[in-house]
Amino acid sequence: MKSSDVILQTTSKIVFFVILLFAIHLFFEGHYRPGGGFVGGLVTAGAIVLFLLAFDIKTVSILLPFDYKWVTAIGLLISILTAAGSIVFNVPFFTHTYDHFHLPLIGETSLHTAALFDLGVYLVVVGVTMTIIQTIGESE
Amino acid sequence: MEILMAIIIGILFASATYLFLSKSILRIIVASGLLSHGAHLLILTMGGLKQGAVPLVNKEGIPVTDPLPQALILTAIVISFGVTALFLVLAYRAYQELGTDNMDQLRGTEGND
Amino acid sequence: MINLIVLPILIPLLTAVLLIFFASKVKTQRWISAISALLNIGVAFSVVRKVFVDGIQILNVGSWVAPFGITLVSDMLSALLVLTTTIIGFAVILYSFSSIGKEREKYYYYALVQFLLVGVIGAFTTGDIFNLFVFFEVMLMASYVLLVIGGTKIQLRESLKYLTVNVISSALFVISVAYLYSVVGTLNMAQISERIGSLEEMPGILTVIAVLFLIVFGMKGAIFPLYFWLPGSYFAPPIPVMALFGALLTKVGVYSIIRTFTLFFFQDKDYTYELLMILAIITVVVGVIGSIAYWNIKKIIIYNIITAIGVILYGVSVATTTSFTGSILYLIHDMLIKAALFLLIGVMIKITGTSNLRQFSGLIKHYPGLAWTFFIAAISLAGIPPFSGFVGKLLVIQGGFTAEEYIGATIILLSSLLVLYSVMKIFIHGFWGVPKEYAKKESISYRALLFPIVLIITISVLYGIGSDYVYSYVSQAVQTLVNPELYIEAVLKE
Repeated sequence: MKSSDVILQTTSKIVFFVILLFAIHLFFEGHYRPGGGFVGGLVTAGAIVLFLLAFDIKTVSILLPFDYKWVTAIGLLISILTAAGSIVFNVPFFTHTYDHFHLPLIGETSLHTAALFDLGVYLVVVGVTMTIIQTIGESE
Repeated sequence: MEILMAIIIGILFASATYLFLSKSILRIIVASGLLSHGAHLLILTMGGLKQGAVPLVNKEGIPVTDPLPQALILTAIVISFGVTALFLVLAYRAYQELGTDNMDQLRGTEGND
Repeated sequence: MINLIVLPILIPLLTAVLLIFFASKVKTQRWISAISALLNIGVAFSVVRKVFVDGIQILNVGSWVAPFGITLVSDMLSALLVLTTTIIGFAVILYSFSSIGKEREKYYYYALVQFLLVGVIGAFTTGDIFNLFVFFEVMLMASYVLLVIGGTKIQLRESLKYLTVNVISSALFVISVAYLYSVVGTLNMAQISERIGSLEEMPGILTVIAVLFLIVFGMKGAIFPLYFWLPGSYFAPPIPVMALFGALLTKVGVYSIIRTFTLFFFQDKDYTYELLMILAIITVVVGVIGSIAYWNIKKIIIYNIITAIGVILYGVSVATTTSFTGSILYLIHDMLIKAALFLLIGVMIKITGTSNLRQFSGLIKHYPGLAWTFFIAAISLAGIPPFSGFVGKLLVIQGGFTAEEYIGATIILLSSLLVLYSVMKIFIHGFWGVPKEYAKKESISYRALLFPIVLIITISVLYGIGSDYVYSYVSQAVQTLVNPELYIEAVLKE
């Protein structure tokens, strides 16, 4: 099914990046305010679905050549390893740590291992959602 | 407010039950969605409907809301999202393979000799 | 090493993720899953030792002190069940090597088995009622996919029904947790127990919650009115998956009933325990009727699951030290022996190409090893001394008689005879008689299939002979069931 809606295609090329930026914003916002990996991941998946609507599955798989099952697996691995990192320090599983750093350009900021965990969640959500949508979509 | 919630939850459960009893798989999937929505609302209601600040440390001593029901609902939503997605994929595959979405025609008697 | 009790959950989880990367390399997948399963047995064993020596082990995940965070609790009951689960997992993985087929292996079969183990072990270990729900869902999610991979017509059909049933029961689980939360305002099982214990008298809603929990876990554990989905759904998947389901999934339901009933609903014994007892007895009867009525070997063993659930829950409902001990002994025995029986009939179906008992006979002539392994498994199942089912069943019945619950105890006593008949029917009609010729579709590696079965049977025979040794472990598990304060103290000590 080749879609040829010029307006949709042209806008989606721009809107895709706007949505993606918003997703990244949501992801980091989740640090202290509502947001986080899950929402960020869903919004990203939404952006990709917009592409799928505007173009077709083949074009999108050329544009974004990921195997989404691998994305899911990598996300899971990041999350589990972050949680399991606490075993090395002999503190209870899942214990997170954070510290304040002074980074160039950004200034005073706090870095938290929970963000790594959330990155994993983000990847899992994108991976799972896209895998499901592809499974249903491909057979048409 | 609790009464209103109770009525809404009741309506959700009732419609879910009605849809579960239908033959079409798609309706059953919708029913499972409604049922889990009802369950989530029930958690919210059962946790107590109150107004309050964000449950972080606040110096003014403003009463805070109970964050636990919301955490539970979020978890339950994620899970029901996954299950519904799987259900849809499965129903689609079954439709392709068996050529029907009518639960009546999916009765099986293998091994019941 | 304070993280010891999370390792049995973590190892299969990491393995599952690793296996996704090696989806196309079947050999690598087999090696990884076998090694990880073996490693997990070792870890589970050390958890059992640790609990035996140092008492109940807890882990406050994320350093959130109980009751504010999620707590993992390993008492003797959960440690023993985790050990049994890892052994069954290992045996089933070995069995799958030469039986499940390349198609399924490439379709993430081993990863799904590991995810299933994560769910089951997690459910056994967690000390938080909502976390129990989450692990249930992990387990169910894996089971949905395991049920359907391969995509044959019967699998698709049955998994739709299985999914519908479980979606409803999951929603009910959430609902009952919500009600419970409104009464006690906490999710930590130890604190729930403490708060319910401090109530003057049990409010009516707690009885409602108890029945709701009974419905939810009974649906999973297949007790009397809620077992209807089980014979159909367990019939559909390939044998190793069937063995995993039959040995583990229903037992998670039973474990949850034991846990919640001993921790939460110990006050209102008149109603809840009475209800459980009646249902357990009817479950035994229904299971027995099913297992003698069918001539399909899969169905016979499937209905035997239901009988066993009834026996275990009867022991729980009598709620004396003796009957609890019997129930737990029988629970572990049943997990092992059901896995072995399913794998055994798998071998028989591989050889003969049918699961209909009327269509084959005389297997003992060419497959004596298979026949005698089956014989041992069959008499263990029926509970003939000195094999593993005997002590458990004896104690359950003894508990029943001492508590003057004569009807139930008698029914269970009689049911063992019929259980023996149902499996001996397979032995007499399938192994004795004139050997028939079977159309050999493919060469089967009979010895490779038999090895994991012999492994489980050996463990179960040792379990039966060494009952005295096992008894000291089980009696420690029973202490927490009879006396919930031990559990509460261990979790909320700080």
